[in-house]
Amino acid sequence: MLISPLRLSKLGMLGMNCRNRDFIGRYNRRDLYPLVDNKLLTKFLAQEHNVATPQLQFVVREQHEIVKIEQQLANMNGFAIKPAKGSGGKGIWVITHREGDHFIKSSGAEITLDDIRRHMSNTLAGLYSLGGVNDEVIVEDLIEIDDCFEGYSFEGVPDIRIVVFHGFPVMAMLRLATHASDGKANLHQGAVGVGLDLATGRCLNAVQHGMPIEEHPDTKRPLKDIKVPDWHGMLTLASRCYDMTELGYIGVDLVLDANRGPELLELNARPGLAIQVANGFGLLPRLRQIEKLNRKHYTQADERVEYVMQHFSRLD
Amino acid sequence: MNRGKIPFYLLITVLIGTGLTTAWLRHTTTEVPLIPGEQKPVWLIEGRVDFYADGGAVTVNLDLPDQAPGFRLIREQAASPGYGFAVLEDQNNRRAEWTKREAVGLQTLYYNAQYIPVDSRPIEVDIEPELQTVFWSEPQSTAARELLRGAKARSSNPASTARELIKLLNPSTADQNAELLLTKEFSRAELLVKLLNQADVPARKVMALKLEDARRRQVLQPMVELFDDGHWLLIDSMTGEQGLPQNLLLWSRGEAAQLDVLGGQNSRLTFSMIRQTVPALALSQVQFTDNLFSMLGVYSLPIEEQSMFKMLFLLPLGAMVVVFMRVMIGLKTAGTFMPILISLAFLQTSLIPGLVSFILIVGLGLLLRSYLSYLNLLLVARIATLIVLVIFLISILSLVGYQLGFNAGITITFFPMIIIAWTIERMSILWEEEGPHEVLIQGGGSLLVAVIAYLLMNVQLISHLSFNFPELNLVILALILMMGQYTGYKLSELHRFRSMSHVTDAD
Repeated sequence: MLISPLRLSKLGMLGMNCRNRDFIGRYNRRDLYPLVDNKLLTKFLAQEHNVATPQLQFVVREQHEIVKIEQQLANMNGFAIKPAKGSGGKGIWVITHREGDHFIKSSGAEITLDDIRRHMSNTLAGLYSLGGVNDEVIVEDLIEIDDCFEGYSFEGVPDIRIVVFHGFPVMAMLRLATHASDGKANLHQGAVGVGLDLATGRCLNAVQHGMPIEEHPDTKRPLKDIKVPDWHGMLTLASRCYDMTELGYIGVDLVLDANRGPELLELNARPGLAIQVANGFGLLPRLRQIEKLNRKHYTQADERVEYVMQHFSRLD
Repeated sequence: MNRGKIPFYLLITVLIGTGLTTAWLRHTTTEVPLIPGEQKPVWLIEGRVDFYADGGAVTVNLDLPDQAPGFRLIREQAASPGYGFAVLEDQNNRRAEWTKREAVGLQTLYYNAQYIPVDSRPIEVDIEPELQTVFWSEPQSTAARELLRGAKARSSNPASTARELIKLLNPSTADQNAELLLTKEFSRAELLVKLLNQADVPARKVMALKLEDARRRQVLQPMVELFDDGHWLLIDSMTGEQGLPQNLLLWSRGEAAQLDVLGGQNSRLTFSMIRQTVPALALSQVQFTDNLFSMLGVYSLPIEEQSMFKMLFLLPLGAMVVVFMRVMIGLKTAGTFMPILISLAFLQTSLIPGLVSFILIVGLGLLLRSYLSYLNLLLVARIATLIVLVIFLISILSLVGYQLGFNAGITITFFPMIIIAWTIERMSILWEEEGPHEVLIQGGGSLLVAVIAYLLMNVQLISHLSFNFPELNLVILALILMMGQYTGYKLSELHRFRSMSHVTDAD
């Protein structure tokens, strides 16, 4: 049931203690955390730096504003409701479409406007935020799943998690929602994690519940065939998030919108454990390599992406 | 080792060193026992002075032990109705003085002292004491010279001279010279003192009290001390045994009369004694009230504050358990330090009733909370509602428990209500979002940490050490700092990453 720590360290696996102390603690300035912990701030920052994000529709900041959301939602068919300070995908509601007075969630559940109001009220009071502090509600456009992911995701949008260290993408993973994960892309809830080759964006390895799998558990499509389109563009987008936030060690969550291309979904200041299992190897050697690198020569996102595509390839 | 880490390791060493040394110094100087419940013997000695008063003013002067080797005075008092009492100190010579303006007939004065046996070490004397001048009558003088010549010929140093003299003075083997000296004029001890002084060995008569449990009417016995090699050596003038035997209290050492009674006659000094055992901790508190360590100790505070500190000083241990379980083991808990608060509550309720009532309260709270979610309340109001409900729950459980005859019912009130309300809220959200499985994991993890912390805090040795040697918490601090530097894998990660064992080795 257990794996020997020697074997783990041989695989270069990054443990939580090491990540927290040697990378997050050392390279992420605390005063920059709000930039990633608050999705609204991330969004504004991304707009400043011309990093694409899903289109923001409106923000609810106070309880009394909830009364007028009926008009605001009037001409929207599908949309996503997110707590600005939520973590781990908590409190995110995806409304795919309407049926009469009812709204249909991505899980298929029918809800009413009152349910949405209550959800927003809870969110504002801090139900989903760390430490229960007051929160804001973001309402933004739905992401349209790109055709290339057709049949790979169940009830949810696949997203791509890229760990970026000093602007160098060091590891990538595609997360596919499953029936077990209730349409959410969280690995510990049962989503499929697909490790991606940094040079090509092709599948290296796939896991669900920490165990290797060959095909999507719901749609039965073989995961080996996955190849993320516009891979260079994805990596460049991820790399630019470093210039944007100045956080040394971040996880960048990207989505591929059918119409708008790669978009930044959110940033995470504490990433990097599950992605290693999905890839089947550890982060540590790559992190140490970048640590030793003379990074002054790689000021542009393009240069950094070139470097990782060259050095961190696992497929030939 | 990383060079930059040297200051850190230095800090750790200093913390551990300071903690352990301070604790050791406290132990040695104030004799706070390292193990709880340690008992120590104490001699309770009662000196009794009887005399017939002449009817006028009375002054009774009794010599008291100054620095009795092998014993330490912890308490003394006098009980004598109608008498003024004082302990006079004059050039390191302590004397008790009883005074009364008018007294007639048989008078009895008492002096009580408590002594504890300690390790005796010879007291170094800087100045060599002067020889006493010796006077003999003419025939005795010759006999003494002869006796000394014989003893000196068979000895090499003052101690052996004394031994030989005692042999010669033994009545069964005494020769003519010895018999001449062994008259009623001098006691054996006095004789020995005179002879030794004549042989240029400073010597003096001392009065000793042999301590035996539950003896009454004991009198002081004369012994001899001779000065040899910088310190006084005790010799039994009867048996010739050298050195201080155990249970021998030197009452008076070479000073003036043991007992002076002015205004009375037929005075008599007798002793009775009893051996008691008392807790070492209580003894230490009585003895060292003005010691620096005692002043910095918790015992100088009022009892109420003491019991608060008893809890406070246990907290670091609980914090360390939490750090260990989270950093090294990787256990999930609901709220970082909530388990410590629960374990402190367990200390009041004891384990099983505590566990049962905690699970009962949280379980009922979760039921109530599931109703609250229909009411669509604002978060703060919802938690406030929960607090009120938790208080009601606890009161009802206490009352029901009391009526059913469980005393534990009342102690439920020690649970931190606000923490419990928050726990219920968190658990409830966790239930809605992640399912009951996660609730069981985190709730179980919290309870496990709480139980482990409780079991540790409940060890008598640990609570004794943390309360009496608060500086040991520096060692705990050092351990926590060290665990804060641990970057290895958690035990839980060995399970989490177990699928990696299928992976072939990376290039």
